[in-house]
Amino acid sequence: MSIDKSQAASVEGTVDAPAAAADAAPAVDPRLLVREQGFAGYVVEFKRKMRAGDLGAMPVVVGLIIICAIFQSLNSAFLGAENLNNIFVAMVATGMMSVGIIFVLLLGEIDLSVGSVSGVSSAITAVMSVTHGINEWLAVLAALAAGAVIGALHGFFFARIGAPAFAVTLAGLLFWNGFMLQILGSNGTINIDGEGVVGKLTTYYFSDVAAAYLLAVVAVAGYFLSAFLGNRRRAAAGIPSRPLSDIVLRTVLLAVAAFAVAIMFNQYKGLPLAVLLFAIVLVGSDFVLRRTAYGRKVFALGGSVEASRRAGINVTAVRVSVFAIAGCFASVGGLFWASKIAAANQSAGSGDLLMNVIAAAVIGGTSLFGGRGRTWNALLGVLVITSIQYGLALQGIATPIQYMITGGVLLATVVIDSITRKTQKTAGRA
Amino acid sequence: MVHVSATPVLALRGVSKRFGAVQALTDVELEVHAGEVVALVGDNGAGKSTLVKTIAGVHPIDDGVIEWEGSPVTVNRPHDAQNLGIATVYQDLALCDNIDVVGNLYLGREIKRRGVLDEVEMERRSRELLQTLSIRIPSVRIPIASLSGGQRQVVAIARSMLGEPKLVILDEPTAALGVEQTAQVLDLVERLRERGLAVILISHNMADVKAVADKVAVLRLGRNNGVFEVRTTSQEEIISAITGATDNAVTRRAARTNAEARK
Repeated sequence: MSIDKSQAASVEGTVDAPAAAADAAPAVDPRLLVREQGFAGYVVEFKRKMRAGDLGAMPVVVGLIIICAIFQSLNSAFLGAENLNNIFVAMVATGMMSVGIIFVLLLGEIDLSVGSVSGVSSAITAVMSVTHGINEWLAVLAALAAGAVIGALHGFFFARIGAPAFAVTLAGLLFWNGFMLQILGSNGTINIDGEGVVGKLTTYYFSDVAAAYLLAVVAVAGYFLSAFLGNRRRAAAGIPSRPLSDIVLRTVLLAVAAFAVAIMFNQYKGLPLAVLLFAIVLVGSDFVLRRTAYGRKVFALGGSVEASRRAGINVTAVRVSVFAIAGCFASVGGLFWASKIAAANQSAGSGDLLMNVIAAAVIGGTSLFGGRGRTWNALLGVLVITSIQYGLALQGIATPIQYMITGGVLLATVVIDSITRKTQKTAGRA
Repeated sequence: MVHVSATPVLALRGVSKRFGAVQALTDVELEVHAGEVVALVGDNGAGKSTLVKTIAGVHPIDDGVIEWEGSPVTVNRPHDAQNLGIATVYQDLALCDNIDVVGNLYLGREIKRRGVLDEVEMERRSRELLQTLSIRIPSVRIPIASLSGGQRQVVAIARSMLGEPKLVILDEPTAALGVEQTAQVLDLVERLRERGLAVILISHNMADVKAVADKVAVLRLGRNNGVFEVRTTSQEEIISAITGATDNAVTRRAARTNAEARK
């Protein structure tokens, strides 16, 4: 076991000389295994993480590859540009709602009302813009605001009154579904203008091939610059920083993925507007959660409510705001659903939608126990779920079998999550 | 060895506290000077925790005066105590398991740069702080869940140091710690004293008290039962002050074993 100080080459020797090490670099414990430089370090680190149960995104990525391989062998159209494009556009509705629910899951709570709230959102937009002829932008804003207010209301009953979030949002599930049916009226279905704001959400494509490539370039360059500049600041401040090879390797991997997707889009109709919006939301929400004081508070509440309170965090305000965020994203998802079927109807937000939203978050790696997860989990999870749906639909397999398979995948994910948690506990990384 | 200033950092004069029909504290006097470790000892229910909570602002006092650096102050809320420069480390450490050491140290007082968390600056200062306190933990970037009990305790104490306090109150910091971890925490207490801080240490462990404290204040049934200089007082004297009698199970046992040893 060779031990390496991260800062310089001041190798203290073996573990049994703590007294000697005490004066040299007190901030670094000699017991800490610091990664070797270069590629060999990756392999060692990877093996150690696997053994410690720190699987990260591994199971999902492997699962996704297996799913693709199976469906591709059954039907060669599965990995075709058109089908992949459809999967990417279709996943955005569920994915947006999943981003919202990840905020709630980070608190260690749950929101069962997101499906119904998404239905309310589509109904509000349709009734305002189609039935009453109000400007569609205003209708969309009203729907988003309604979602946030509904979420905040749930948050108020949970955080201020102290009712369990599970029960409050279960009541919300029923109430808001009834509310939606009420405002839709006896008619039941309101068709939305396919060329309007909502209509275009899922049907607009940037047909210029440059758009998709530009997005890929911006993503790769943005990632590299933020990693590189951040690292330079760390090095300047004299704290451990990643080797440049590490950053370059990650950037190359990202570039391969980004350009593969861009080429795929350009083989069909170009970059879909829905995917661009989803990418912006993912980057934005990840930034809020991991780079701002607000995000730190959300994680802190997921770790220990008492510790957060003593640290001076306004627990009630954070909780209410998180539920408002979930409600708002449920509204966004509702608009995408309405756009997909070009209508607001009575079945909006029902069926397996709620389960898929939660499943996507959990499959992607967000813990149900709070305090662990990233909004990028929504992307991976929703890709898995939508791939299964489209793959099965391509085979002409009926809904009952779809439900059973999706349920099986969710169970498998939760089992993996629980097992890795146990391994992580014994490895001290719960 | 200990430099004691003339005016105590904190002085309690005749402090009383009632909870309904229970007189938890009666006319308690306590003085803590800068650069001094005062151990607060007493049996369960003697009023140690209540006394600490009155200082920390959790329970406002009913009678008496709290003097801070010579002038009387009112401490009605935890916030008041923090503003004065009193940091309290409670027994349940109040750390978030899922957040790393840097995040926990700066929880609720994050350093920001253009509205964004300044992780680099927080990490740099965390390492500096841990270094000045000679705290050794594997890494400042691992979650609290991966630290041992002793390491968590020193992180919690280090966290209290960020507010630049003048008085640190430690509630049973060595309870539930192993030999090595206890030594680490006691080392840290001595370092706080060297930096000129006043420390109130609550402990049941006489060995710890003898090891680091300068003075021992004994509480018994909510009243003062003597303040002793640690160097000139024997453990038996302190114990008899805690139990309130010279004739009790502990002294009888001590006398018996001494007699046997002499044979």
